[in-house]
Formats: sequence, structure tokens, C-alpha cells
Amino acid sequence: MTGYILKRLLSAIPVLLGISVIVFLIMAMIPGDPATAILGSYATPENVEKLNRDLGLDQGLVPRYFIWLGNMLQGDFGRSFALNRPVLDEVLDRFGATLILAGTSFVMCSILGIAAGVISAARQYGFADKAITFVVLLGISIPSFFLGMMMILIFAVQLRWFPVSGMWPIYGDRNLWVLMDHLAMPAIALAVVATGVIARLARSAMLEVLRQDFIRTARAKGVHERRVIWRHALRAAMVSIIPILGIQAGFVLSGAVYIEMVFQWPGVGRMLVDAILKRDILLVQGGVVFIAACYVMFNIMVDVAQALLDPRIKT
Amino acid sequence: MTFMNLPRRALLAATAATALALSVGGAAAQTPENVLIVGQIAEPQALDPAAVTAVNDFRILMNMYDGLVRYKDGTLEVEPALATDWTISEDGTVYTFTLREGVTFHDGSAFDAEAVKFNFDRMLDEAHPYHDTGPFPLAFFFSAVENVEVIDAQNVAFTLNSPYAPFLSNLAYPTGLIVSPAAVMEHGADFGRNPSGTGAFTFGEWRSNEAVVVQANPDYWDGAPALETVVFRPITDANTRTAEMLAGGIDLMVEVPPVALSEFQGDSYTVHEQAGPHVWFLILNAKEGPFADVRVRQAANYAINKEAIVNDVLEGTAEVAAGPTPPAFAWAYNPDLEPYPYDPDRARALLAEAGAEGAELTFYVTEGGSGMLDPVAMGTAIQADLEAVGLDVTIETYEWNTFLGNVNPGLEGKADMAQMAWMTNDPDTLPFLALRTEAWPDKGGFNSGYYSNPEVDVLLDAARVETDQSERARLYQEMQVIVQEDAPWVFVANWKQNAVTSDRVGGFSLQPSFFLLLDDVTKN
Repeated sequence: MTGYILKRLLSAIPVLLGISVIVFLIMAMIPGDPATAILGSYATPENVEKLNRDLGLDQGLVPRYFIWLGNMLQGDFGRSFALNRPVLDEVLDRFGATLILAGTSFVMCSILGIAAGVISAARQYGFADKAITFVVLLGISIPSFFLGMMMILIFAVQLRWFPVSGMWPIYGDRNLWVLMDHLAMPAIALAVVATGVIARLARSAMLEVLRQDFIRTARAKGVHERRVIWRHALRAAMVSIIPILGIQAGFVLSGAVYIEMVFQWPGVGRMLVDAILKRDILLVQGGVVFIAACYVMFNIMVDVAQALLDPRIKT
Repeated sequence: MTFMNLPRRALLAATAATALALSVGGAAAQTPENVLIVGQIAEPQALDPAAVTAVNDFRILMNMYDGLVRYKDGTLEVEPALATDWTISEDGTVYTFTLREGVTFHDGSAFDAEAVKFNFDRMLDEAHPYHDTGPFPLAFFFSAVENVEVIDAQNVAFTLNSPYAPFLSNLAYPTGLIVSPAAVMEHGADFGRNPSGTGAFTFGEWRSNEAVVVQANPDYWDGAPALETVVFRPITDANTRTAEMLAGGIDLMVEVPPVALSEFQGDSYTVHEQAGPHVWFLILNAKEGPFADVRVRQAANYAINKEAIVNDVLEGTAEVAAGPTPPAFAWAYNPDLEPYPYDPDRARALLAEAGAEGAELTFYVTEGGSGMLDPVAMGTAIQADLEAVGLDVTIETYEWNTFLGNVNPGLEGKADMAQMAWMTNDPDTLPFLALRTEAWPDKGGFNSGYYSNPEVDVLLDAARVETDQSERARLYQEMQVIVQEDAPWVFVANWKQNAVTSDRVGGFSLQPSFFLLLDDVTKN
């Protein structure tokens, strides 16, 4: 197992290097430069040139890439132009907020999605199945930012049950309850689509398994139906459900961008959108590389989990 | 089928959890007395006035710092602030300021002539030990300053390399706000997050992406403010900002989207409006193509229904512009100027005369940008108006930074017209940078449409060195008449900045400078 994990970790290095080259090139190639974004109306060639010199952007692409990469390998992600603070501080601050949001959503959609899928499969074509399929379809079809805005209008502006936006109140204590109060709407809005997708795929995975011989054997030898479904069938189906969860984790993480905008959640997605619009090169590059590294690590964890569940995969 | 027990139990648990969550969220936040929560449009870049360029940051800075001079309430004319008095030498190159006595920075250090010198040397002198606390993108506002000389603790003299009339007005701009040298020395490049000035509010804390908190300065030289605390919250999404205002999460909201204004009718809210030094126009390519003919440029001014754009597209949040200078510069504005009327027949006649019927035009439109209002909708309306008089307009849309990268180097060989908007602090800035022959893009200016009129050049050069305000005004007024006639641009709109306050807020008014001044504001 250790060998397998090591192999997977090693294979992540070229992926990350490739990502760093791609994000660097994209930021270098997109029209508009940081100096123009900072100076706005006052971006005369003279002012742009001076500012580029101050920002260290007057060097060639290749030296700039290697300086950036070298610094990054030593843990120095540089300083954000637009926020005037170290990139890593900003990314870590923001990533924590995103993890809280995306993590909550992910747990929600995994549990609810799998539960809905299993119930659907167990009661195939029954009332529960039809009701769940209908709700799931509805959930998949609503764009999350629209759902978020509707939730704000109903639950924050009209009913005033939840705060409109932000992660913490402006004044007062910071505790778990307050956080949950702020987290409830964005986490639900973010989880809805992923819950639907997981439920649909979990249902088909379960149906596949329920048709197999060992399930018939289990039933024939008198195992309780509840045990057949939740133990025997679900465990077997998990092998195909876990990769779906892995993909949905990525989906929840990227979907967080919209939700963070709508609910002004101080997360990494919103940070990247702002940074791209301001051509905050180092923040975009550092942020993307950091997220990519987390994403790659998460995928490795999923693969390892899968290998643990099903030893055939390793070979 | 007993396995259904489990989902039923799960459903119960979920219901209980939801109910619990709802009861927690029950208490709607009521903001406390004397604490004003301001909904800003973005996270500030830094709280160092020399280092920032965005109006969004200026809104905070103007409440924490003072300049040597400031704009008189409700105008764009300068009055004393940290300087109580000044004299200008006969030739207009030496400005000597007498400083206010007994003023201290929030960190306790004294405000004196040395502090003034430190501020400008830090920005302008690359050899200054604290020049590396920049970059200072707007330092060129003071590029005319040759040196700053300390005469004694209360007197300081600025020597300019040539007469430069906008100097005082630039000192009133946020780039001219005075920071505490002691704090810069202590915090270096992190001064922007540990600011110290002389203003009405002192820095409290900055929670990244959540809030900047400032506290009343009880010793403020111009009288302590009525509020105890002001909280600036960055809420980048305009819909969310509107929702926060409706839900009572903020007390004051700036830059209300035109479509959301109707939400704030009624007694619970006050909508504030103030025309500012802003002009929204179309740059016409006067070098080549149909717009090289002045009659076609005038035809475009007649053909576009500006009333409809400001009233329908912008929902009344702007006024029709008459010429290149916004009316907010009251002293320099020519009140006799009438906007081009909407007259499609006249436009068709001019086009026929110029033989430009059915001409094909390329029109650069941006998706949005600083001061650009609602550019896509405005661009479409303009396209329809021009097509109605027989011009064939093709729109090309670009993201803001890309757009600037295309427009600023000049329209030659690329486009016939482009949208543009400017917000300035002096009537000199825009025409000087965008209408002179010497300001063509290849000479480092913003005259992207290659307009050239020697008469205008002479007037603008003369106005820049004239220190007598009434004479300067006369020169600008004459320039406006000529430029309107020459029509290098289609003059479209002057934006009225808006803000909404809740009924708990008193004493608030917007300034024509577009700054947000809170020292007289109350909240109960």
C-alpha cells in the first residue's frame, strides 16, 4: 500500500508543474496587465512602464517564471499587488473559509445524496422512488446562484431568519452557533445540485448491485432486508459511489465560486474572481497552484480509499 | 419493510436540526446606535493614500486623513485644511503653506513641516529611504513638484518646475493626504494595514474581506465626529448589497444599481444623488474613416437619443452631457452650452452632405469598468440610434482591461468609435490628457481619436499655467464651445452618484468629489 501511495504522490509532481506553467502562461497572455488595472484611466505608457518596473514585471517571461517557481518552492508565494499583503497569508485565510463552506456542503450532499439514492433503489418505481427522483431533478435543474439569491430574498430579507451575507457578524461573539447561522444558507444552496447528482448515480449503482447473485443469496438465507440494503448492497455499491463523491467534491469546491459571490463568503473562489479582474498576477497564480495541489491530494486520497475498498484497483 | 424506519428516523432528525437552525437564526441583527455600517463595493487595497487609486479606497481614506487643502462642502473648490493659508509666487512656481498648529497624528506624533516634506519625498524621490513602501501609482499628480522645503516647523514651500494651476486641486485629492511619518517608519510596507493620519476617525481594525473599522477621533481639530464607530463592509455583489440594505445589515449603501432604486422608495430610506466630475462619451476616430469629416461626427451627436439613454437605460441616474467638461466643475463650466438635441433628420441631412450614408462603423464596447455605468445596454441603444439614421454599426465587446489595452494605444486601423468615461478632480485633467494634439497616443496621452485643433491646444496650455481662477475659467469655457462644435466625441452623460441611507441616519450628503465624508453624520 505504501508503494502505491508513493507512486501516486510522485505522479502528482509533473501535474503540479504543468499547472504552474499553464496558469503562468495564461496570466501572461490574457490581454490587460496589472499596471493598467491599477492605474485605470491614468495608464499612460510612461506610468505603466514605471509601475511595471516597481512591480518587477519588466523582465522576460522565462526568468519571471523561474523566479516565481523558485520562490514558491521555498514557500514564498510573493505579494499581492491589489491587496498589498503576502499571497500565502491571503490564500490560507480564504481557503479556510472555503473549506468550511465546501466541507459542510460536501458532508451534507454525501449523506443526503447516498441516503436518497439507496432509498430510491430499494423502492424502485415505488412512491418514495418517484418522489425522490422528482425532487432530485428539480435540485439538479436550479442554478445554484439563482437558488442562493432566492434564499436571500425569502429567508434573509423577508423572514429575517438568517443574515444576508458574510461569515461572521460585524460585532458580537464569534462562536459555532453564529457561524452556523451564517453558514446555513450558502451551504444548503451549494449542496443542492451535488446532492441531486450523487442521489441519481448512487441509485443506479445500488440497482446494479441489487441485481447480483450474492444479494439473492443473502435474502434467501433470511438476512433482514434492512441489513441486505444498508450492509451488503451499499458496501458493494460504495466502490462505484466513492469516485462520484471525489468528482462531486471538486464540483462543490468549484461551485463555491458562485455561492461565495452571492453570499459574500470570504472564500478562495471570490478571491480568485476579484484577483483575475484586477490582473493580480501573483495572487491568481499562487491561488490556482495551491488549490490545484489540494485537488490533486484529494484525488489521491480518493484513489487510495478506493484501493483499500477494492484491492483489484491497485494492480 | 422495516428498513423504512431508518429514513423515517433520519427525516425526524433532519427536521429537528432544521428547526434548531431556524431558531438560532431568529434574531434579526439590529445595528447599534452611533455605529454606522457602510456597504462598500470592494475590499480596499490599502489604507495608504499614496498607494491607492480606487474611489472605493478613497471613501475610507477621506475620513481618516486630511490634506493640506480640501474641497469646500458641496463644491470642487479648495479651502484650507491642514494648511491654514498659502501664498503663490508671482510666476506661479512657488507655493508657500502655513500649517495648522497643535495638530497631532493618531499615533501621537506631531504634524509639522517635516512631516509634509516626508510625505511628498516618499512619493517623488526614488532615493528616499521609504520610497520602497510604494509603488505610488498616482505620484505623477505631483510630478511638477521640484522640491519641498521646510522653512520652519509651521511653514513649508513647494517649488514647481513650471506653473501648474491644478496643483492645489491635486493636493485636495486623496493622493495628497498626509500620513504619519513615524507610522511609516515603524511599519514600512505594511503601513497600508496600520494607517495613521490626522483625520476625524482613527484606525480600529481591518478584518480581511469582512470589515474595516474606524473609531471617532475625539481630538479632531475640526470638531469630533458625532458617530462613535464606522464599519466599512466590502460587498462586491450589487444584488447582495441591496439585500443587506433591505434586511438592515447596513445603514448606508453606495453605488445603488439603477434597477434597485425602486426598492428604496418610502419613508424607511433616503436616496441621495449628486452629480460629480464625470463624463461618459464616445471617442470618434477623427483620423480616418467616416468620422474624419466633422459633419459625420456632428451627425452622430444629433442621431443619438441621449435623453432616452439617461432616463430609460440608466433610470435617471445620469444627466445629458453638453460638452467635455462636467457641470460639477461649476466655476469652469460654460452654462451657455446646450447639449446636441436629438434630431435624426438633421443627422441624415449632415450624413447626406458628407456623402457618408450607409457607412460601416466598428464600435468598441466594454462589459463594464470604472465609471462606465451600463456600457453594454448603452452601446446597444447607441447602435440602434445610429442605424436609424442609416449607419451600419458593428459592436465589438471587450472585458475592461482588454478594452483599455485596445483603446488607449489609439483607434487607428481598428475602430471608428469607442466608449469611454472619466472621473477627474480638476477641469484641466481630461481635456489636457485626451483632447490636445500633444496627447495623441504615440506621444503618451489618451487622445485615442486623434482630435487636433491648435486653438484648443493654445487654450489648454494657457489654462494650465494660469493661477487666476476667473481667467482660467474663461479659457476653459472658450475651449468647451470649440470642442462641442468640433465634436471629437459624442457627449453622452454625466453620472449622478447615488447612495441610500436608512431612516436612522442623519446629516449625510454626497459630495461632488464622489468622496464619502462622514464626520457630520449621526445615527440613532
